[in-house]
Order: sequence, then C-alpha cells, then structure tokens
Amino acid sequence: MIPKVPLDKQIKKAVNGDEATAYAAKQSLVDVVAAYPITPQTIIVEKFSEFVANGEVYTEFVPVESEHSAMSAVIGAAAAGARAFTATASQGLALMLENLYIASALRLPLVLVVANRALSAPINIHCDHSDAMMMRDAGWVQIFAENTQEAYDTTIQAFKIAEDPEVQLPVAVNLDGFILSHTLEDIYMLPDEEVQKFLGGYRKPVKTYVDYLGKEVEVKLDPSNPISIGPLDLYDYYFEHKVPQAVAMEKVKEVVKRVNEEWFELSGRKYGDGVIDAWGVEDADVVVAVLGSTSGTVRYVAKELRKEGKKVGVLRIRLFRPFPFDEVRDLLKEVKVVGVMDRALSFGSFGPSFLEISTALQGIRNSPLMVNYIYGLGGRDVPPSHVKQVFNELEEIMKSGEVGKRLRFLGVRER
Amino acid sequence: MGDKSSVKEPRGWKSLPLGALPYRLSLDYKTGDWRALKPVIDYGKCVNCMLCWLYCPDSAILWDGKKVFMNYDYCKGCGICSDVCPTKAIKMVPEGE
Amino acid sequence: MLEIRWHGRGGQGVWTASNLLAVAAMIDGKHVQSFPAFGPERSGAPLMAFTRISDEPIEIHSMIYEPDVVVVLDPTLLGTSNVTEGLKKGGTLVINFSGSPEELLKALNIRKGEFRVFYVQATKLAMDILGRPIMNTAMVGALLKAQPLASEKAVEEAVRMRFGGKLAELNTQLIKKALEETKEV
Repeated sequence: MIPKVPLDKQIKKAVNGDEATAYAAKQSLVDVVAAYPITPQTIIVEKFSEFVANGEVYTEFVPVESEHSAMSAVIGAAAAGARAFTATASQGLALMLENLYIASALRLPLVLVVANRALSAPINIHCDHSDAMMMRDAGWVQIFAENTQEAYDTTIQAFKIAEDPEVQLPVAVNLDGFILSHTLEDIYMLPDEEVQKFLGGYRKPVKTYVDYLGKEVEVKLDPSNPISIGPLDLYDYYFEHKVPQAVAMEKVKEVVKRVNEEWFELSGRKYGDGVIDAWGVEDADVVVAVLGSTSGTVRYVAKELRKEGKKVGVLRIRLFRPFPFDEVRDLLKEVKVVGVMDRALSFGSFGPSFLEISTALQGIRNSPLMVNYIYGLGGRDVPPSHVKQVFNELEEIMKSGEVGKRLRFLGVRER
Repeated sequence: MGDKSSVKEPRGWKSLPLGALPYRLSLDYKTGDWRALKPVIDYGKCVNCMLCWLYCPDSAILWDGKKVFMNYDYCKGCGICSDVCPTKAIKMVPEGE
Repeated sequence: MLEIRWHGRGGQGVWTASNLLAVAAMIDGKHVQSFPAFGPERSGAPLMAFTRISDEPIEIHSMIYEPDVVVVLDPTLLGTSNVTEGLKKGGTLVINFSGSPEELLKALNIRKGEFRVFYVQATKLAMDILGRPIMNTAMVGALLKAQPLASEKAVEEAVRMRFGGKLAELNTQLIKKALEETKEV
C-alpha cells in the first residue's frame, strides 16, 4: 500500500528521541508548553524553547520553577481549552504525581512525554521504568515507544487519542532514557500541514450538558459560560465522578487501534495493532513479553533463534494503560512458557507487566508457565547474550515443566 | 437553576457532566445553617465603606445600591465582617437571640 | 549491519564523529544509530561512542560489544583502554598515531595480520588545519579510507549540516587530508 504521504514527500532526518518528540509537539499546534528540564528529558525542553525563541511556533512556553508547577500549569491551560504539552522524567515525574491524578480526573487531554529514568536512591540518571510504573494508577493512558521513529509518531498520535471525544484522558508517551532519548536514528517526519490535518487543527474542547446553564457548553473555563471544575465531592458524589474515568479507559484500546490504522494510511507506519506489537507469537512455544526499546533487542535475538529452528516469539506491549488483557490472552493462550521482562519492580511483589499478564491469563485451562525477569534497573545494558540466556531458561522450563524461581534478576552480579 | 428533585434522588454516574463537573451550582447548598453566631449590622454606625462586602469569603454580604445587607442563606457566621468593620457596626450575636 | 566503536576523551568530539558518520550514511540511504556510552561527560575523561549502519531498519538497542570497526581518536588511550576488546576477527582498527607501524602494533599488543590496522597523524593534521587538537573529523576521514562506510559527498554534506560556514570548510579540508594520509600497517 502506498501511504497518502509517500516517503519521498516525508522529511528524512537523523534525530535523537528527545528531538523527535519535540518536533512532534512543534507540528501538533500545541498552545501551551510548561516544562522543567531534567535529564534525560532536557533536550525536549531545550529544543522546544529554541522553536519558541526562533518564532517557529505560536506556543506559549512557560518556564516553570518545578515539575509540580509544570503539571499545574498545563492542567490550567488545558482546563482553559488549550492543547498543552509537557515532558519530564524520574524525580520530576514523582514531583508531578499528585497533579497527574487531577489531570485525569478532570478529563484533560494533556500529552506528557516521559524519558524513562530510574528513581533515587541511589541517584541515577539512566533508564528504567520505575518512573512510569509509579504513575500506572494515576488514570493516564500510557504508551511505550520502541525506537526514535515511534517516539515521534506516538507523540502526534497521543494528541489524537487524548482528545478523542470518547477518551478525553491525558496520555503519557514513554521513551527509554538515553537508549532512545539520546540516540540518533534516521526517521521520517510528516510535513507540518499533514500533521495538522491529521489532528484536525487546533484542539476543540468537547461539549457537555450543564444543568444550571441549561445547555451544552464546551468543557473549559470560559467566563461567558462559567463552570466549576473539580470542586469538593464528599461520599455523595466522589464515587460517581470516578466511575466515568474507568469507563473512558475501556474506550481507549479501540481508539489507539484506529489511530494506529489512520497513521498507517497517512505515513505507511504502524506498530502492530496499536496496542500490541507481536512477532512470531502465533506458533511459538516460548514468548518473551517486554516494553520499550529492549523489545528490539529481544526481537533481534528471537530472529536468530528462529533461524536455528527454535519456536520463539516476542510480545511487545505498546499500550500499558489501559492494559490490553483480551489481546494478551488471545496471543498467549497456546504458548507453553512466557518470560516477562520488567524494567521495574514492585518491591514485595513482581514486575508490573508480570502482574498484568498473569491477570490476563487467569482462568485459562493449561495456561502458560510464567517467569518474571527484572532487568536493566538504573540503565544496566541488555546485550543480546542476556536475552539469549532468558530464551534458554524458558526452553528449560518448557522441557522440565518446572518453573522454579518465579522472580529472577537478569544481568545482576551475585555474591 | 438547580434541579430540586435531584436533591432527593441523587444522580448516578451516567447522567453527570464530563470531567468532575458538579451538575448543581453551589448556590443550591445553603450553608447558612452552619452558623452559630449571626452578624447584625447597626446602620446607625455603618458608614458604607464596604470593607465587609469586600472581605466576606462567601460573598454573603450584598450591596443594594444604598447599603450593605446580609444574605443569611449563605453566611456561615465566621465573623470576618465584624472584625474588619472600622466603626464596629457589625455585632456577632448568638443564633436565635 | 556494521558496528563501529569510537574511543576518545571528553571534548575531542567523539559523539560528534559518530553522529557525522551516521548522518552521512543516512544521506546515502542507510539506516543508522549513533549514541554515546552514556554517563556524565567530563572533559578529558575516556569515553566511547557507537555507530550502527545497516541496510535494514535497526532493531537492536544495546551497546556494541563485538564491533566490526574500532576508531581511536586519542593515542594516549592505547596504554589505558583495551581498544581491541570484542573486535571481530579480521575487524578494522583506525588509530590516531604518530609512530611507526611496529610501534603501533606493540601499543595495541597485537600481531601483524590479526586485524586490519590503519593509522594517521590526526592530531598534527587537526593542529595544522583547525589550529586545535580536535581530531574527530580527521578520524572520520581516516575511517573512510579504511572502510568506505559513507560516500565522501554525504560526509561533506553531514559536516556542512553540523558546522556550517568556515568551520565546515576547514573540517571538509581536514577530512580530505586525513583520507589521503591514512596508511595501512
């Protein structure tokens, strides 16, 4: 299929992941950006302020004094009807946390790029998913990109997903710190006008019926149609105001899939069905499930193993929130052993993806044996040899039928 | 303004507006019954400086064009008006007296 | 897929060298990846950068452990870093070196014929042309001699995109000079 914008009409550029998302935000007609720099997200803020300084965008850039303020400012902007964007990582995300819950409960379609980085202590600037997993219950849509191209594509898609009338939820786009944020890769970018057409121009707030105004009004702070946003609810209404958040989440998967297809028609690029990017899973005996940039390394190894005749597969979870339970169950139900690689650990429990996938497979007769690998904390590199070790161990589990230790640490020194 | 019937029968989540918006105005919540002390204006002392009108945190002091007056439906009896009055024209008296 | 590892010190433009090569290869129609061995960057501290060049989209996202090519920007690293570590059998070494071929093999602690070894006096060339000991572009030129991973035209374009103006001109000149002067052991 030839995309609506063929490759020779797209802009080829060598950029790192941070720059890619900054360009995406630039093209997405963002009204307000409020951000505070933190490694490894810094380049996004630098690049975007460059666009502002050069007069390349009309965006109001608010250089705030902290991430708490950054999130507060974009919440305010979005509540006023603006398309708003911010980016952070690690401790910055931790400082945003209480406001993340507010953004989603107010149903504000913000986009946040997280350049995934470990949480202190010890202080560390490198990649893991502890920061993203800290916000997994905050009511945000969470998507993980595998490479720089996907980071660009997903940031644009994120606005469309967030602003879908059925969704109206904030979206976090995750890219692995340094591994993607600082790695130069060749990508294709769409011309500005194509991105703007894809998003339907500037943000249009959705309407809702407000009794005391006696009419439908746009959900935004507008003096001519005054509304209060998020005031006190006691046990009389709080619960009723939370259920719609859960219901909106149920709509997200279909919207992500549709946007993935629309993007494919436009650009020629798509990522699995949008929620899961599976490789070789259909007839696989053993499968590794993984998020983010490591998926590429796992697929690289899996392709080699396939050449040796090993029936291996890779299940890349692209959409982590809402979690695609049905899709995961359908893809994994016939598999014999599933190794779940998590770049974060819920101390006292398992890795977050392991818990989700276990839930997805709950109640299936002869459900796959499962083992959880915690890997890459604090940026520990994952060479192909470690991935091979995982596949070898999964094969052993398949042969013996014994899982043994369910929680394993990959690439860590013992003794 | 205000859907009185729904006060008796609270709404379910399906009929609430989007995004944590309350469907009723705060005007429906008459907070005057929280009051223990009631502000009373002595118009003989009042000089129409309107400081009480400015300071009232509940906008329960109104101006009719000639004088200020209390809207006891919303006055919680906090006493700020009495405190800021430069001529001591507002007294806080126990409710029911 | 070809994997290149760059050795240098903070301030010598190691990552820039890797980026220039990657951008040039992209201009030639290849898929590329370029990244530093991440860490706090300190002027003078040994550091590495990595380039991947491939006809196919690049999936792998780990560091490079078994490079096809190793480029060393700073000869003082030969005594301290094991620059041949993991280098593929018959792989290529491109070294900034001012001594004799025998001295170079000794400094690398390898036998003749074990790897393809190229060398150039990059520091001298950089001082002559740029007036500063920044050897990254000279070593890109030397690498092109050892292995034509990108066309000269694309490298020139990449240099123009990165530097612009007079600096681009000087660096292009430096690359050409290094390409001429690079010799195989």
